[in-house]
Amino acid sequence: MLAGRAGKRTWLAEAILVILLIVVLPLLNGLGFLSDYYLNLCGKYLALAILALGMDLIWGYAGILSLGQAVFFGLGAYSIGMYLMLGSSGRGVYGEPIPDFMVWNRVLELPLFWKPFQYFPLAALSALLLPALVATIIGLLTFRRRVSGTYFAILTQAMAYATWLLFNRNELNLGGTNGLTDFKRLLGFSLSDPGTLRGLYLVTAVGLVGSFLLCRRLVGSKMGLVLTAIRDRERRLQFLGYPVARYKIFIFAVAGMLSGLAGALYVPQVGIITPSQIGVLPSLEIVVWVATGGRGTLVGAILGGIGINAARSLLTARYPEWWPIILGGLFVGVVILFPDGLAGLPRQLQRWGRRLRLRHFAPAPVPPPAVSPSVPSQQ
Amino acid sequence: MLSPICVRFWILLWPALLGLSVVGASAASLETYATALATADQQRQALEQMRELADPSFKDLLIALKEGALYTWQGQLLILGDSGMFSDLAGQALLDASGQPFLPDDATQVPLEEPNLPLLQRALDVISLTDAAPSARKAAALKLGNLRDPAGVRLIEKALTHEGDPNVRPVMLEALNKLRLFDPDPLVRRHAVEHFAATRAEAALALLKSLVEHEQDVTVDQAMRQAIASIDRYLRLRSIVAYVFNGLSLASILLMMSLGLAITFGLMGVINMAHGEMLMLGSYTAYLVQESFAVYAPGHVDYFFFLALPLSLLVVGAVGLCLEQGLLRFLYGRPLESLLVTWGIGLILQQGVRLSLGDQTSVNPPTWFRGGWEAMPGLVLPYSRLFIVMLSVLSVVAVYWLLYRSTAGLKMRAVMQNRDIACCMGIAARRIDAFTFAMGTALAGLAGCALSLIGTVDPEVGKTYIVDSFMVVVLGGVGKILGTVLASLGLGMSNKLLEPAISGTAAAVYAKVGILLLVIVFLQMRPTGLFPPRERATEAMTR
Repeated sequence: MLAGRAGKRTWLAEAILVILLIVVLPLLNGLGFLSDYYLNLCGKYLALAILALGMDLIWGYAGILSLGQAVFFGLGAYSIGMYLMLGSSGRGVYGEPIPDFMVWNRVLELPLFWKPFQYFPLAALSALLLPALVATIIGLLTFRRRVSGTYFAILTQAMAYATWLLFNRNELNLGGTNGLTDFKRLLGFSLSDPGTLRGLYLVTAVGLVGSFLLCRRLVGSKMGLVLTAIRDRERRLQFLGYPVARYKIFIFAVAGMLSGLAGALYVPQVGIITPSQIGVLPSLEIVVWVATGGRGTLVGAILGGIGINAARSLLTARYPEWWPIILGGLFVGVVILFPDGLAGLPRQLQRWGRRLRLRHFAPAPVPPPAVSPSVPSQQ
Repeated sequence: MLSPICVRFWILLWPALLGLSVVGASAASLETYATALATADQQRQALEQMRELADPSFKDLLIALKEGALYTWQGQLLILGDSGMFSDLAGQALLDASGQPFLPDDATQVPLEEPNLPLLQRALDVISLTDAAPSARKAAALKLGNLRDPAGVRLIEKALTHEGDPNVRPVMLEALNKLRLFDPDPLVRRHAVEHFAATRAEAALALLKSLVEHEQDVTVDQAMRQAIASIDRYLRLRSIVAYVFNGLSLASILLMMSLGLAITFGLMGVINMAHGEMLMLGSYTAYLVQESFAVYAPGHVDYFFFLALPLSLLVVGAVGLCLEQGLLRFLYGRPLESLLVTWGIGLILQQGVRLSLGDQTSVNPPTWFRGGWEAMPGLVLPYSRLFIVMLSVLSVVAVYWLLYRSTAGLKMRAVMQNRDIACCMGIAARRIDAFTFAMGTALAGLAGCALSLIGTVDPEVGKTYIVDSFMVVVLGGVGKILGTVLASLGLGMSNKLLEPAISGTAAAVYAKVGILLLVIVFLQMRPTGLFPPRERATEAMTR
């Protein structure tokens, strides 16, 4: 089986990656080779890699292109952000028991929906379950009605757009365009203490590894096979009697939960969450991470998530006005030239090499027959 | 308080008492009035009389008195002009023996008695009623109408007899009837009310509402209530018409944008995420054409639009053709991939335009697009928006003709319905694809050019419309003209009609969110839009 062989080949890479993330990087930091600043930056990338994993699960395996994954990320991020905000209130500029931005907006009392977020367990639970719940509802509304493909992509994009518009409003009491920031303490630990940030890095790394193992288990099971089948020929699976919609809703909810986890781990490390991170563009950037890293391979998604974000940090510092063009170029280049992304690069190079050699040795090569999707490959 | 009748009596009596001639404002009478003005206890009566006469030659004198520029010197009346020189009432400058301007030290200012100021102002207003400029006459009539001074009735009546301008007459009539509402005679009041009921004057609504509380006469009261109801009804109708028109104008932009999108999607299953940027390129084409006109033909800047309109169509169509030939044709059968690629292209175009042409610019619409058509009293529909509505209707007709009445359209529909069979019949499907894609983007360019008439041009302008256009395509179904027209009308209208229903600053945001929810609910009932294509086509397209 193809999946099994690929799994064996990547096993070593996975182990190296895990050891690098959980052991080597903190060790380097402890020995003084890696500054706290860069460790924190790495922690941020790892959180975003979880987001990429979720995207890969639905797009790479199940063929569902969601252009609204940043919304789930935002739900997780805002959940933890609200907890952090309440943990910091009373220490703000005004010394009020409510967050500072509410004082500006003349909100006198803590709104009811903020109250559960005083407690960390509830906030953490909301960061995971709220995105899953929203994803389930969206899935119920769309997949059950067989809305899929481009229709689904457009609808989720509109959803991301609408959410972005809503979160920008002050009357939602979520900080408006400024978002939530100025966090002070997490579970009693000061967020300005490097020790806390080191701990957060470790938690994020463990979270990423855990998510990775979960995803690998999912795609390696029969479930994974069904999902891949949905990607390749959904209609046939329907005829075979599989409850396709249920599979899709489930995997969409899992991806939503992973995105929420990513958001929850991202916020305390970065210290701010604003609506600009949950709109249409951030959602599409996630797709680029996965496409660049390698669609349909979990390691590829992680590599893409980390790599593109690191490149972004590097490039936006130096050429901020060129970043959108580079990003757009990535969209185009990866899809046209490297459909398998970084993870598929070795095999693609092999293929190109073979073609070159063919051209070199055989003067008139027979072009391979174009694979037409409308011709059934086997009956 | 003097009753109106009493005032009239006094006015009639005055000339006799003073022994003055009121036949005309000859130089002599101007002198006489000026002398009277300068005498403290005669100032009021003189002013009242001058108001009655409403002679334009009094204007300078009255203004001088009002501004404290009227002086007496050795029994002579002098006006201090803006240039700092004295002149007499006839306008002759006061000169000394050597012919130089003479500034006497012992001239005393003629004081304006404080209680007389409103009277003076009134006299000036009445003079303005016969001013040469229609706008001044209108303003004076409006002012007098709002003053509730019963004396104004006769003055306006008098002015009305000379008034020939059809634009000024209604204003004067309105003012007159406003004053007549205070007439002691119930019959006069009723006629005035009936006038307002007939003209549905918005300006009289507040006045009528305040007066109806104190109205004693039953018939007048009834007439007033009817008039108020009729004006209210009219205003409501007018605001509905305004909202419908705004919705229509939004819908027509959406329509021009979505037509191309829907056809491309229907034919190739390609969602062109850069469609909003095509609109933006159309706007920038118009901007560049205008700029080059400003440089090379500064006298004929207005005519830039005749060039900009077809050029935006061609330029953006060419960009679309390059996009299709260069990138998208490698991605047929992979709609999600082409969606991502077009998004990337959009990003590059957006930033490229921002880097090369700046962040925000605007196109000055040709002068003949300024102003508007007054569809109803008090409701002006801007010509630019009317033009956009017209242009979108034209585009629909043109696209309809192209799709259903031309050979190219026949081939397009054939490819749309069954690509393989169409190819077997000898239709060059690839060429049809390229043509259709170019046409779709060209329509967006046209929309962008039209949009530049009513808004600023910035690199992110496409963002505003793209999500809505996608919703139109989702709602309207693929490749259906009627579906697209109905869906954009529905979306444009509900966007604008929801705005007043949800009051508050956030109206537009909540309207948008509400519409998205509506679309999702709608898809529950009809998963493939208003006009679903046949099952097989859907399968091929949504995969």
